[in-house]
Amino acid sequence: MSKHFVSAIVNGDEVEFRCDSGETLLDVLRTKLYLTGTKNGCGTGDCGACTVLMNGRAINSCLVLGAECSDMSIETIEGMAVGGELHPLQQKFLDHAALQCGVCTPGILNMAKALLKENSNPSETEVRFGLAGNLCRCTGYDKIVRAVMDAAAEMRARRT
Amino acid sequence: MNEKRKNSTRSGSNFKWVGEVTPRPDGVDKVTGRARYGDDLKLPGMLHARVLRSPHAHAKIVSIDTSKASALEGVKGVVTYRDIPDHPLATPPYPPIIQDFHDLSRNVMARDKVLYDGHAVAAVAATSEAVAREAIKLIQVKYETLPHVLDPFEATLSDAPILHEYQFTEGADPDTSKPSNTFRTLSGERGNLVQGFSEADVIIEREFSSQPVHQGFIEPMACVASASEDGSVELWTSTQGHFVARGLLSKLLNLEISKLRVTASEIGGGFGAKTTIYGEPVAIRLSQKTGRPVRMTFTRSEVFRATGPAAGSRCRIKVGIKSDGTITAGDAEIWYQAGAFKGAPVGRALDTFFSPYNIKHIRAAAHDVCVNRPKVAAYRAPGAPMATWAMEAVLNEAADVIGIDPIDLRLRNAVKEGDTSLKGTKHGRIGLIEVLEATKNHAHYTAPLGRNEGRGFAVGYWLHGGGLSSASVILQDDGTVNVATGSPDIGGSRSSMRAMAAEELGIDVKLIKPIIADTGSLPYSYQTAGSRTTYATGMAVVNAARDVIDRLRALAATKWDIGVKDVRWDDGHAIPADKYEGEISPLSLKELAEVAMKMGGAIAGHSEINASGQGAAFCAQLVDVCVDPETGRVTPIRHTVIEDVGRAISPDYVEGQMQGGAVQGIGWALNEEYIYNENAQLQNTGFLDYRMPVASDVPMIDTVIVEVPNPNHPYGVRGVGEPPLVSAPAAVANAVENAIGTTMSHLPLTPPKILRAIGETIPEAAE
Repeated sequence: MSKHFVSAIVNGDEVEFRCDSGETLLDVLRTKLYLTGTKNGCGTGDCGACTVLMNGRAINSCLVLGAECSDMSIETIEGMAVGGELHPLQQKFLDHAALQCGVCTPGILNMAKALLKENSNPSETEVRFGLAGNLCRCTGYDKIVRAVMDAAAEMRARRT
Repeated sequence: MNEKRKNSTRSGSNFKWVGEVTPRPDGVDKVTGRARYGDDLKLPGMLHARVLRSPHAHAKIVSIDTSKASALEGVKGVVTYRDIPDHPLATPPYPPIIQDFHDLSRNVMARDKVLYDGHAVAAVAATSEAVAREAIKLIQVKYETLPHVLDPFEATLSDAPILHEYQFTEGADPDTSKPSNTFRTLSGERGNLVQGFSEADVIIEREFSSQPVHQGFIEPMACVASASEDGSVELWTSTQGHFVARGLLSKLLNLEISKLRVTASEIGGGFGAKTTIYGEPVAIRLSQKTGRPVRMTFTRSEVFRATGPAAGSRCRIKVGIKSDGTITAGDAEIWYQAGAFKGAPVGRALDTFFSPYNIKHIRAAAHDVCVNRPKVAAYRAPGAPMATWAMEAVLNEAADVIGIDPIDLRLRNAVKEGDTSLKGTKHGRIGLIEVLEATKNHAHYTAPLGRNEGRGFAVGYWLHGGGLSSASVILQDDGTVNVATGSPDIGGSRSSMRAMAAEELGIDVKLIKPIIADTGSLPYSYQTAGSRTTYATGMAVVNAARDVIDRLRALAATKWDIGVKDVRWDDGHAIPADKYEGEISPLSLKELAEVAMKMGGAIAGHSEINASGQGAAFCAQLVDVCVDPETGRVTPIRHTVIEDVGRAISPDYVEGQMQGGAVQGIGWALNEEYIYNENAQLQNTGFLDYRMPVASDVPMIDTVIVEVPNPNHPYGVRGVGEPPLVSAPAAVANAVENAIGTTMSHLPLTPPKILRAIGETIPEAAE
């Protein structure tokens, strides 16, 4: 079976990879690019653990094929902190103890980042619905919601 | 949104690090994607394993032909039950974990029969995941299907299909001559039930049932095994207890314990299900056969079909109460689904029913019943939530009937220091009364309710775990410290270990890096389970830190040429006795670390303990729900968890445990269940259909940390993780009952059940 040759931008870097037609972006990230920060919780788009940004939009990377990523810009958790400085969302997740086991955290951080891009001042309800596609079994969501709202406030303050 | 809560009743303390919020040591790795979980290890030449699973709930295996799979390009190894050693019936249990290896061998790989949909039948290792997937389709298995049984009560009837011809009920009365699906019935009794019920003014009797629910951790089971030709094996796995995993694997596969080195990866949730082994022995055998590292990661569907779940149940309960609220008698019986092999949490059920209350006349019985479902695994307070639900539901009903406040009813009967549980636990200083009073005084308890809203209340009991723990505290030559334990960190325990070590040593937490050591680097430690880690492993850390201090005092004494009794340790310094004041200056831990390298050698402290004295804890919950009378949908709108944790070492992660357990309980009460078709094949094997709570389903979860210090722990710790799930389903179900004004006895409380209960016609599609 012939493979697809794909060149894309991942976390700002140009990358090239070959993949089978059936290989997902999640497979490519984890097994070809060794970016294992993106997690596989279900493989069917139900848990959100594999959420990454594709041209700025949050997607389940288990539902996108590697072959679809030509010339796309992908942002994963490994690219969220810049130059040794944590993104406000990452910092607020630590400050609010918004993670326990941490396996859903990369996906939730990416989803929250996309959410705050669309809505810089979300209500609690908007955060809850914005994150409704991301399962967390440890925290009961309370501290996650607080962390996202606090990060939004911090990001608004930084802009002004 | 509520303000950050400041309503805890935490006692003031003189501690510098214990009870303080500090940045979590593993936090940055977990928000940046660096933390490595079970599936994140890549080894050179690594193969990928896949398991073929039974589509039948109950069938004889007539033959397995793996020749076509073996012949596929890229397939390097195939295993079946022939590759997993069999163990005879009645193999002595392997201490300290009670495990029947005859059963374990058969659960890891079906031998003569498959016993549930999803039971492993064969496995392959191949050069890619895709080839492995293709290969298992080429394995030909001939089955002879047998009748199945799913319900634990039906499984006890005389015409039920029998899962194990070799299983006879232990302690059965009177007939033990026929094989039975009931492995055993545990029972306990004290007082005189007839007398107890005759003293009652009100007797309430009810029946309950619940479905199996899954632990629902987000990281599927995952491991990498690497076997060497010299007989040694390295295993990397997502587990709640790598020493326990090593023990089970060494006995199951006849490996020498010292040659099997297990490293616990970061773990993406477990909640009890990762206290045993599933794919690990298969990965090890594949690695031994192929001579290459083998990765074994389950799919989500495999996780649902073949790991966990928690037992479903049937239960009946009868409670007698005087009109003044005194509980005079209790009689309860529960049938738990063990799944395909014995091991339902019957002991805990027995211990749970009546334990919060001091009742003279009680009897409880619990049946461990095999059915054609995956073998149950522990789930956060195994055995407790369903027994608690039955008792608490009946007490809430009784409070209504006799017209007494439900919390006053509990206060009247609450267990105190000196009381004894049915199991025989004599309670030390416990905090049930403090928990009940904090609940009654909470603003939530008397807040007004709106239309279609109801409030629920329940309290739960859990006897925390103790057991084997080890720790090393290693002073490095620059004055920084590593704290090594053998307890995988599921919810932030490294933070607590670090805080306790810092408190003892008198140094900043920033100077301490806690790690989880592999099985070759530290003595035995039991699992992170049963809310035991901060208590037992924490105690080992404290001991090991005190060992370091003793060695540093001795070192200072040698250097100063004075007696060790004349050296005390205070605030991170060795300090000479007053009589030497002015003559000798104190030495800091950092200075002593340097001295050590020039004098007696490196300094470390160690502790290996078998902890006891952890004691009981109680957790109450207040839940408000809104029931939509048109759709039957239940929305939780307010939730408060009140728990005595002894002492909160890391309060923010203690709150997190309370909140997480509460939301798991919401899922258990309202949504989650295993759904089978008529052939006993699991129908909801993904998160879309096995619907766990998402962020938009739940409100903020308020917490009240009650601290009644446990006198048996140096910092007063009890534990925190299990109790919030013990009382959550009961409180949620009670809130629904309160909202709709009728009793609800079958979980989960799905919209069709609610509509039926309020007499609405149910649209066909909802059924």
